[in-house]
Amino acid sequence: MRIIFTSTGEGWDAKIDPRFGRTDYILVYDEEKDELVAHDNREIMEVAHGAGPKTAQKIHEFKADVLITGNGPGGNAAGILKTMPLKIFIRAGGMSIREAYEAYKDDALEPGA
Amino acid sequence: MRIAIASGKGGTGKTFLAVNLALKAAETQTTLLMDLDVEEPNGGIFIQADAADVHKVTRAIPIWDPGACNLCGKCISWCKFNAIIKLGEMILVMPPLCHSCYACSELCPMQALPMEQQSLGEIRHLKLGKLDFTESKLDIGLEQSSPLIERTLEFADEHFGDKELQLLDSPPGTACAMVSAVKTVDYVILISEPTPFGLFDLNLAVETVRQLGLPFSVVINRDGIGNNDIYKYLEKEKIQLLAKIPHQREIAEMYSRGEIIYQQVPAVDEALNQILSKIRSLS
Repeated sequence: MRIIFTSTGEGWDAKIDPRFGRTDYILVYDEEKDELVAHDNREIMEVAHGAGPKTAQKIHEFKADVLITGNGPGGNAAGILKTMPLKIFIRAGGMSIREAYEAYKDDALEPGA
Repeated sequence: MRIAIASGKGGTGKTFLAVNLALKAAETQTTLLMDLDVEEPNGGIFIQADAADVHKVTRAIPIWDPGACNLCGKCISWCKFNAIIKLGEMILVMPPLCHSCYACSELCPMQALPMEQQSLGEIRHLKLGKLDFTESKLDIGLEQSSPLIERTLEFADEHFGDKELQLLDSPPGTACAMVSAVKTVDYVILISEPTPFGLFDLNLAVETVRQLGLPFSVVINRDGIGNNDIYKYLEKEKIQLLAKIPHQREIAEMYSRGEIIYQQVPAVDEALNQILSKIRSLS
């Protein structure tokens, strides 16, 4: 499984970024390889319109199975994410990446649209 | 002469002033009033006229033609609004983000993004004596009001360009919608109220109108509430105070019943006289 977290930082101790489109980092965890890779998304600050779709496009490129985020994607981004075979979990804002991953494995996260 | 009635803050009396001013002006001259608060126009409540013709307004959106597309992705880099994205071998257009600028469609080397007209909203036209009134309403679910505001202004140029006075009831705030409406006028009347919120938002509106390089003056509504800071501000900034409308419970009561105020409240009629004589001195 490849799991994506919206994150405010780069490692397991960083916090989930509650924002989807304007998340600071996109973390991709590959369970098979046990490898956590951080992608800096802060250039999104310069984007005035369509931050959600732009981040959704990146997520498509990372080919993940699961997305763990906070507030959940907005309407435009949600429409794009629906075209992907992706399970979305929301309300993980404020948790560390590690806590969010544990909660996911314990089936304790809320599924998002 | 085209004049906008605008405010930084919502609920300060734009529609109240626009409707009363338009009806009074129309007693003697041909007048057009456009309600451009396209998200929730309500000027029509006060214009007691039956005959309405309705004009549908559309805007152009690119539609992806998968047969023609070579997936070069140039459209994605051109779109300043990120309204087009590429997902693998698929191009997705998001109409809510599209500004109908045609860049993707015109520049596509494969002509794979032809533009198609989609519904945007409607313009309702009423006629009452010397007054022509238009009310533009955005379709439910659409986010951008500027395209409909621009279409309405074109519609007004086409059908009502000969009206001696053209008044425009602007959308609230100082964002794109307000700028789209106000940037086409000869003069702006800003209306606010003497409260801290009223002053803060008036200042934003003044900065916006100054940046647009438009002449303007200010009407203060609900004079008597709040404090004097807004008057000190106008003095300091050397902005003309065009008229003051007193805070009176009966005005609010009449307004809430959809009544015309100036025929019933002399203080409002006097304020309108001051405003109209200013307007007439401009042309």
